[in-house]
Amino acid sequence: MPNEVEARCIEEFRKTPIGHHSKELQVILNEMRGQPMEDKYCLVCTKPNREWQLAKTTGVRGKPVKILSKKFTRLEDAEWYVFKQRWKQSRGETIR
Amino acid sequence: MVKITGYADKISVTPGETIKFMVNSEAGKRYRADIVRVICGDVNPDGPGYREKVIKTPISGSYKSRKQVIHAGSFVEIGASDMLDGLESFTMQAFIWPSTPEKGTQAIISKWRDRDKAGAALIITKENGSAALCIGNGKGKIQVVNTGKPLIAKEWYFVAASYDAKNKTITVIQEPLHGYQTRGDQGTVKRKSIVGKIPRHECPLTMGGYFKKIDRGRTLCGGHYNGKIDSPRIANVALSAAEMVALRTWPVATELGNAVVGAWDFSADIMSTKVTDLSPNHLHGKTVQLPTRAMTGWNWTGDEMNWTNAPEQYGAIHFHDDDIYDAGWEVDFELTIPKNLKSGVYAARLRSGGNEDHIPFAVRAARGKPTAKVLYLMPTASYQAYANEHMNTDSPLGQLVAGRLVELDKFNLFLNERREYGNSCYDTHSDGSGVSYSSRLRPILNMRPKHRMFIGGTESTLWQFNADTHITDWLEAMGFDYDVITDEDLHYEGLSVIEDYNVVISSTHPEYHSKEMWDAMDAYQRRGGRLMYLGANGWYWRIQYHPEVPGVIEVRRNEDGIRTWEARTGEYYHSFSGEYGGLWRRNGRAPQKILGIGFTAQGFDISSYYLRNPDSYKAKVKFIFEGIGKDEKIGDFGLIGGGAAGLELDRADRALGTPPNAYVLASSVEHTDIYRVVCEEMLLNMPGLGGHESELVRADITFHETQNGGAVWSTGSIAWAGSLAHNNYRNNVSRMTKNVLKRFMNPKPF
Repeated sequence: MPNEVEARCIEEFRKTPIGHHSKELQVILNEMRGQPMEDKYCLVCTKPNREWQLAKTTGVRGKPVKILSKKFTRLEDAEWYVFKQRWKQSRGETIR
Repeated sequence: MVKITGYADKISVTPGETIKFMVNSEAGKRYRADIVRVICGDVNPDGPGYREKVIKTPISGSYKSRKQVIHAGSFVEIGASDMLDGLESFTMQAFIWPSTPEKGTQAIISKWRDRDKAGAALIITKENGSAALCIGNGKGKIQVVNTGKPLIAKEWYFVAASYDAKNKTITVIQEPLHGYQTRGDQGTVKRKSIVGKIPRHECPLTMGGYFKKIDRGRTLCGGHYNGKIDSPRIANVALSAAEMVALRTWPVATELGNAVVGAWDFSADIMSTKVTDLSPNHLHGKTVQLPTRAMTGWNWTGDEMNWTNAPEQYGAIHFHDDDIYDAGWEVDFELTIPKNLKSGVYAARLRSGGNEDHIPFAVRAARGKPTAKVLYLMPTASYQAYANEHMNTDSPLGQLVAGRLVELDKFNLFLNERREYGNSCYDTHSDGSGVSYSSRLRPILNMRPKHRMFIGGTESTLWQFNADTHITDWLEAMGFDYDVITDEDLHYEGLSVIEDYNVVISSTHPEYHSKEMWDAMDAYQRRGGRLMYLGANGWYWRIQYHPEVPGVIEVRRNEDGIRTWEARTGEYYHSFSGEYGGLWRRNGRAPQKILGIGFTAQGFDISSYYLRNPDSYKAKVKFIFEGIGKDEKIGDFGLIGGGAAGLELDRADRALGTPPNAYVLASSVEHTDIYRVVCEEMLLNMPGLGGHESELVRADITFHETQNGGAVWSTGSIAWAGSLAHNNYRNNVSRMTKNVLKRFMNPKPF
């Protein structure tokens, strides 16, 4: 279970995934976003400002970006989805 | 995936001049080409809308598709010569600083015919990353003799290989110069040759790769070497170890000198593509695909930082397997610019099925005949510095500085896979060294309308070329006539290309300037010219164009500034000119001196807005705020991060050169903590340098008069232009820009 501070950060991110953040949330985001490039989530813009497809970089020059099936119509939804995936990966906890 | 790409031989043309276009099309049997005037490249449906206008020209039509490829990787080429072609016994030797010895076969000095594997080459072997001699008899027999001692990356070695035809003996020597006690990387081996006679052939001598073939006039190599080579030599006998040592330097005693076939001095002609042979044979050659010159050599002591003062310590060339200067494609079509074509930003648009590319270029007014009072300075040097950047797929910093997931488009996906399209000056080469040179003689796929770049903020997510179309879009929408010139024009022709205009308008991010460009803009201002600086982080890095070959810039990312790599110690001076590189601020010309403001902070998530300062109410600057309320938030809207103040920010600072008569009209507020103060402001690191805390994280809007009725108005934000189109161009950012432009067009002194 997330502790009290983490729970606040999760809610804060859910409401505002991009923009002003508390110091506590920023620390978590720095850890998540600063990961190495191997298998790192990114987005491929498929319809300008209307649709993005989830993908992962490989960290190897010349090796194609892995395009995943998941698509989003709002950037915020993509951020929230990836946040949950990364939380699960690093902390083993599922955010709903 | 991208299937059609192209480039042009020029970036700027005047009516009557001819521009050639080279195209690679793997998109169907034919493609269509048209010339378009680029007005707005932003494809965001929430923005003003994509706009280009097709111009009828003779090139409009259908063309046959053909594949054209890029062969990246630099090397030195020495043409065939009787002195080289029939050597029986020989010695090859050099100092090397290999940067990826583990990569596989890499040729240091090679006299090789790949067709039948004939000749000899001093190489790093794929077997174990040690120095080796490879010989082939042209009949299927190849022998590689190596020292068996893997080279350590990025350390200096002396390597040599000899072949004694009489007693069929091969000797390979690998001698470290680093002085570490514990590593077993020294070795000498002797072996008997088993391949028989090495046949004579007339293929070129190459260094940094082995000769493969000639393709459409281009010399192609394989086995591209990463790292430095210094003082390469060839002798026509198998030298003893003592003779090899004697031959490391030049001149040598007569008897040894008589055995020398070539002794190349890479410290000569550093500003050139020429390669000089010191021997009486004059086997001079050239560099191909611009390996980096003015690099510290094996004997660099650290006492001298400027290669022009001690060229003998800068006898190294750094080769990279991903260097690219000129794609060398064949011409597909060419356009002579019609006499009546209005100056502007244009592109050759290529289409086949769903595939599309644009090759942008500027059309200038005829020399000395401006067609408008306003001139837009298209920052082609900055476009080149960013050309084909790979930060989005290479660097873990991307998501940290963007404050969100990195967003890629089709061009990014393509460039990630097709590394032969070359790097930007933000990238590192495959061996981790910084990219100092960037050429436009290759497709530059991020200098395109419709392109998005991950550091372009939320909303439209634009950067450089495409972000700048918000300016051309606004000029067209507001009905202002304008001419266009490029950085390259300003560099080569100086003041004459701008002096006839009342107003010069900058782009959103004119970051890279040569001294020639800087001086021309300074002179323009002093003679009464007026500059509208609609961006930020401008006039920041010093660059230089190559003195011999067209279309390539050099940047040395020296000891300070926002850098994605840093120049190695001792390599701070431009090879193209001998000038000290790096920040203009460290060259005594902080941006504040020429703009009123200079780079202070950056962040790439969301943008913010400005509030007016007391200076903005003074009578002198009243014209700037006509129609703008006292307490209005300025630019709390926009297509670049949602505000007019964002991405990179500039601030006024008297101590750095903001003129004492400058008015600081407005300053931005409320930036996120993704924004951080720039490195050059930090004499020591400390907390409190983010947007939530530091007063240095802000954009200032300034105005100051210059001599003879000139003036400078600066907005201090890359995002400014992204707010111009808001509410059908009726907003306070557009209003203020229009107020200034109209007043600046009027020659009356302030």
